[in-house]
Amino acid sequence: MKYDLIVIGGGPAGYVGAIKAAQLGKKVACIEMDRAGGTCLNWGCIPTKSLLRNAELYSLMQHEAESFGFKIEGLSYDWSKIIGRSRKVANNLAGGIEFLFKKNKVDYIRGRASISGQGKVSVVDKDGAASNYEADKIMVSTGVVTRELPHLPIDGHTIIGSRQAMILEEQPKEIVIIGAGAIGVEFAYFFNAFGTKVTLIEMMPHILPVEDEEVSKELGKAFKKQGIRALTETKVSGAEVENGRVKVHTEGKTSETIEADICLLAVGVQPVLPEGVDFDLDRGYIVVDDDYQTNVSGVYATGDVIGPPWLAHCASFEAIQAVEGMFTEHQAKKVGTFPGCTYCNPQVASVGLTEQAAKEKGVAYKVGKFPFQASGKAQAAGETAGFVKLIFGEEHGEILGAHIIGHEATEIIAELCLAIEMEATYEEIGSTIHAHPTLSEAVMEASHDAFGHAIHF
Amino acid sequence: MAVYIEMPKLSDTMTEGTLIKWLVKEGDTVEAGDVFAEIETDKATMEWEVLDDGVIHQLKVAAGDKVEIGTLIAVLLEDGESAPSDDEIAADRSGADAPAEESQASGDSPTPSDSSSSSVTPAPVEPANPGRRVKASPLARKIAEKRGIDLTAIQGSGPSGRIVRADVENAPAGGGASAGVAAGAVAAVGVAAAQAIPVPALEGDQRIELSGMRKIIAERLLASKTQIPHFYLNTEVDASSLMSVRKQINETTEKTGGNKYSVNDFVLKAVVCAAKAVPAVNASWAGDSIIQHDAVGLSIAISVDDGLMTPVILDADKKTLLVISEEVKSLAEAAKNKKLSPDSFSGGTITVSNLGAWGVDSFSAIINPPQAIIISVGSISKKPVVNSAGEIVAGLRMNIGLSGDHRVVDGAVGAAYLAEMKKFIENPALMLV
Repeated sequence: MKYDLIVIGGGPAGYVGAIKAAQLGKKVACIEMDRAGGTCLNWGCIPTKSLLRNAELYSLMQHEAESFGFKIEGLSYDWSKIIGRSRKVANNLAGGIEFLFKKNKVDYIRGRASISGQGKVSVVDKDGAASNYEADKIMVSTGVVTRELPHLPIDGHTIIGSRQAMILEEQPKEIVIIGAGAIGVEFAYFFNAFGTKVTLIEMMPHILPVEDEEVSKELGKAFKKQGIRALTETKVSGAEVENGRVKVHTEGKTSETIEADICLLAVGVQPVLPEGVDFDLDRGYIVVDDDYQTNVSGVYATGDVIGPPWLAHCASFEAIQAVEGMFTEHQAKKVGTFPGCTYCNPQVASVGLTEQAAKEKGVAYKVGKFPFQASGKAQAAGETAGFVKLIFGEEHGEILGAHIIGHEATEIIAELCLAIEMEATYEEIGSTIHAHPTLSEAVMEASHDAFGHAIHF
Repeated sequence: MAVYIEMPKLSDTMTEGTLIKWLVKEGDTVEAGDVFAEIETDKATMEWEVLDDGVIHQLKVAAGDKVEIGTLIAVLLEDGESAPSDDEIAADRSGADAPAEESQASGDSPTPSDSSSSSVTPAPVEPANPGRRVKASPLARKIAEKRGIDLTAIQGSGPSGRIVRADVENAPAGGGASAGVAAGAVAAVGVAAAQAIPVPALEGDQRIELSGMRKIIAERLLASKTQIPHFYLNTEVDASSLMSVRKQINETTEKTGGNKYSVNDFVLKAVVCAAKAVPAVNASWAGDSIIQHDAVGLSIAISVDDGLMTPVILDADKKTLLVISEEVKSLAEAAKNKKLSPDSFSGGTITVSNLGAWGVDSFSAIINPPQAIIISVGSISKKPVVNSAGEIVAGLRMNIGLSGDHRVVDGAVGAAYLAEMKKFIENPALMLV
């Protein structure tokens, strides 16, 4: 039996693409070597957000209870239950994807796939048994894994990647985290919230280096207050594991040796490629054309495996575009505007140009800013950290970029994504009635501020 | 009660009239039916009659004045009435002194006023299709406003045909894309707000969703038919010379593997040669002026699945018969395979539609706005004709029709053009020089 489409990889690109194709009436199979939902659902986005919620609550109870009038005595936590909850959530959702596969009649095949010929896929399951399948089209969505450093190979217990970090059996007393991108920053916040001594090492001048500088600086201040030691403009020159502990040597702005129970590598990712095919690669990632086709006829690729941004929402978008391009008249689109979110506390969310990028591009722009300190809702909720910063084109006032740091930033950003997608200007955002009292009002106020008309600030 | 005489609307397209000459004086007594003024409209000068008996009290405009329809031009007092003061006149008329609303709906099609200038602060833009809701992003609207670009004339490439910044930035200043239907993923353009006559549901009826192309055809042709004053001319030409020349050429090219010419290729060449002889037809109505085109852009009407496209052969006046023939073939091929680019549709100045292959003798086509004429070509048929010696012989005839925009092309001009076409078709050698 021949499939119309075989998808290799069941993550946000794979499972979404497979379900979409099935909904278009195609015969689809999705092959996954771990569990449906992929990295995002099982070893990434979902479990970490569960852990971070735990951290947020514990932080609140520990540090803010008194200001809210609560007296909490004997507050304690069960580490295994904390980890356990995140696994339960991941497990539920993976089950949900499996259900969606059944509902949409997608054949869900567990095993490791390789491409064995034109339109041919062979799968080896966990017992070593092999089976072969045929398809008109193949979509490779095999994703990525943690990138290792040559002098710091992951051993799984002392030098670890994010996958191990989210299921540690025991809470480490000290941890060194290398890399202050979203993953490093989130784990830094998480471990620190539960009392682990955290050292965060970053090569660039600021943590969250891809974000707007003002936002990175603001988060840096917040982390400092939380007791996280962040070493920026610092590289790791080497490390040794001794007696179950790790010694990390740094150089740069800070040159010292830091000892810890665990070293977490969060410097980036590297692609996972299926065997059997010689793809055209760019820095290791599969090269695709405008239709998401690889150099191999009949083979497409989407998601993390084709390169940045390594974000689940972009992967799902790509998969849908590719599948619609394959089976309908639709002309597939590449990822355009997309948001980036970091779920530490205060949260960070952004879309579009940073101020630095606007300057580099020579774009004439205006900035509108509104601090949450001036927001009624923020005050009432006791979450006054951070601000909304919006960047508009000077001539026409169109929104070019939005940067939010603060409570629920990752939810508030959606409005700005829509605004950019629709080519809205500060007038539309400013004249839309935002509910009061909400944090989202800060977006409206920031638009007013850009052209000199803020009321509440 | 005083009678207020207003500038009358004497024609469909009239918006203003000139009071050429008063035929009465203030104080004259008149009877219903007496002519009292000569009024010049856009088409002719007419004598206008009073509708009531009375005394001419006031002539409100002077001879030579041009005023809008509905403007008060004279006040007539009925027997025994006392004269109203100016205030009373104003009060009496306050409900009625707005020019008749019909002038908007009567089919004026004003176009952007600054189409030829590239001024920094363009004049406010009059929409080409008033009443049509335009889907455009806020940014696109802002840029369009700033540059005086008419949004209603632009095809949107955004979701659901929304006009986005890129579409406006690529539009020529002062105007949108000229006549033509976009190929491939056609933007779904909103259909004009014309009233749809309800269709009773009958057994077995099927509802067919409108494709993007169908919507555009519907909209443009409705606008053309209702807004352009069409007139129609016909001529029957002797196609025998054309057919023998074509046969002669094709016999040779068949042996050498060269281009095979269709009858229509020759007709297109004749269209172009005639346009060089009578350039007045190669023009467009621009609202407050007429744009005389320099080059001839041939819009070729091509029938495709579920519709019609009119891609353009640019600078046809500078192209040989061979080049024209080859371009027609490649455009037709591209049209059928939905491979025409949006650029293929701009720059047309005269459209040619040929239904001869379908056995149609003659027809009157609908003008492709903003062009001034469209040429309709019928089939070639054998029929009895009277020759120069007065005998009835078998002849080979083809009917050529011209539909003209009477605002731009008058009957005599259209006729002169058709005569030129006839000359070129009946004497193909003249197209060589």
